Amino acid sequence: MNKLKILIILLLLLFYSNKSFALIEVDITRGNLKPLPIAVSPLFQDSKSKKNFKKELNIEDLGSEISKVIENNLKTSGLFNPLSKDAFLQKPDIAHLKPRFEDWALIKSQALITGKVLIEKEKLKVEFRLWDVLAGREMLALAFTTVPSNWRRVGHIITDKVYERLTGEKGYFDTRIIYVSEEGPKTQRIKKLAIMDQDGFNTKYLTLGNELVLTPRFNPTNQMVTYLSYFKNLPRVYLLDIETGIQEVVGDFPGMTFAPRFSPDGKKIIMSFAKDGNSEIFTMDIENRIVERITNHPSIDTSPSFSPDGKYITFNSDRSGYQQIYIMKSDGSNVKRISFGKGLYGTPAWSPRGDLIAFTKLHKGKFYIGVMRTDGKGERLLTENYYQEAPSWSPNGRVLIFYRETKSNDKGEGFSAKLWSIDLTGYNERLVETETDASDPSWSSLLGN
Amino acid sequence: MSLRKILRNTFLVILLSMVVSACATKKTTTTSSIDGQIQGDVYIGADTVKELAKGVPDRVFFATNESILTTKSRDTLRKQAAWLRDNSNINIVIEGHADERGTREYNLALGERRANSAKDYLITYGISADRISVISYGKERPVDSGSNPLSWSKNRRSVTVKAN
Repeated sequence: MNKLKILIILLLLLFYSNKSFALIEVDITRGNLKPLPIAVSPLFQDSKSKKNFKKELNIEDLGSEISKVIENNLKTSGLFNPLSKDAFLQKPDIAHLKPRFEDWALIKSQALITGKVLIEKEKLKVEFRLWDVLAGREMLALAFTTVPSNWRRVGHIITDKVYERLTGEKGYFDTRIIYVSEEGPKTQRIKKLAIMDQDGFNTKYLTLGNELVLTPRFNPTNQMVTYLSYFKNLPRVYLLDIETGIQEVVGDFPGMTFAPRFSPDGKKIIMSFAKDGNSEIFTMDIENRIVERITNHPSIDTSPSFSPDGKYITFNSDRSGYQQIYIMKSDGSNVKRISFGKGLYGTPAWSPRGDLIAFTKLHKGKFYIGVMRTDGKGERLLTENYYQEAPSWSPNGRVLIFYRETKSNDKGEGFSAKLWSIDLTGYNERLVETETDASDPSWSSLLGN
Repeated sequence: MSLRKILRNTFLVILLSMVVSACATKKTTTTSSIDGQIQGDVYIGADTVKELAKGVPDRVFFATNESILTTKSRDTLRKQAAWLRDNSNINIVIEGHADERGTREYNLALGERRANSAKDYLITYGISADRISVISYGKERPVDSGSNPLSWSKNRRSVTVKAN
């Protein structure tokens, strides 16, 4: 309760300090019951820039394309309802200078985004404004430059700023998802590492599919990825630099290394070593390669995930006889079981906000994605399905992405694996489109805006 | 009890005895379900099983979430041990597998535990640990692609493969 009060005071301070007490406010704690009607005017471009965009990017109307990126982001968040452009009465350039608020109120829009793009010294120069239609005032104005090929990111950055201004929380749109692309029959799946923008665009394949690869995870501080590869039939944890494409095995250890994740400061990898039928959790410092043993128990200890302050680790273990979720201090002391509901629990993932742990639960032949508090209380199941697992948090801790497999018939037909996302509230469950079948998604941090 | 019910019960008894006698001729164990192919959650059929040599099956099966060897599995592994003793130049890889009804990372650990369970048994029957390596595939390489208890039981396995 006290925490809540402090939060409310902080929020009030925030609004007062901005001197414009916002009339529009998006409540992100209640899901998409009433998404906010918002108008995204196409970004204005002068005729010279238009010619340049056509020449450089082969895009006829870049301002309109960027506004579509923003609209799609806002819509998929489940918190906003972008209105049809057909109803817009004002031209983009005039709206950006001084909107006629009556016109925008007439189409039931509560917020309005306007902007313009132009090319200046081979750079893409963008400015945009967010308007409170009912109060008739500007809420936010920003300008920035980037390289023209980054134009989709422009849309994501604008969405992040708008989302942050209207919800009071950081956005998650200028981010990427790394995942495993899957093809072929169930008994012989071809798996490749793939990366795409959060909205499904710009897919790139990072491995060729010659060896089995699993469970890629982003370093929260840079463009490194850690994953499991069966290169030369030796299942080992690898590091991959997405910028350079250089990959390396993290060490030559006896047995299998698997289930890797980065520490929140990005300096360590936490993972399981399996040897002689026993899986234990270790950390390895990436810089000096010093390995530290964290767990010591004859049961299976795996799927470790750090708390955002780095002081605790959550993991799953079958030391009680069945797979359950535990937490411990980062040195391995004070091991405490936290999952006590009916069924099996796995794949704990500590929220970037620190207060929740997302998990997979298996009970009576059904798989659930859920969240619980770090003391194990307050369990909430967000979604039930035939098979789904491995939730990964959006960097603001609002959305979970996971994968789901379908049941196959006796001939193995009808099998598919797809990425899905769901809001922390349990609302807005949606398919995340990928070029191929997909699994093991991991969400990056904000790319740096 | 109505006449119809009595008739139906009699019919069922006849049908059951036919099934049992059919089974008896095929030399399978008695307390079994799903066409006599699963016993206590462990696959006991012959489908997917290959031979390392004549009379030496290449794989053993496990119950859900288990890595304990059944009586039948130990029998199979003793045959493998005898064959390995007779062929001392052969090294093996034991592949551990899980069914699709578990989380990926836990299944990797479980597959490793199953493979080692088989390895340990071979060692107690005199096979040098140097000749045996293990690899876990978790749920990544099912042999049966169905989504039903029988398919899953065939996939919960460790398979002995010649390494040279």
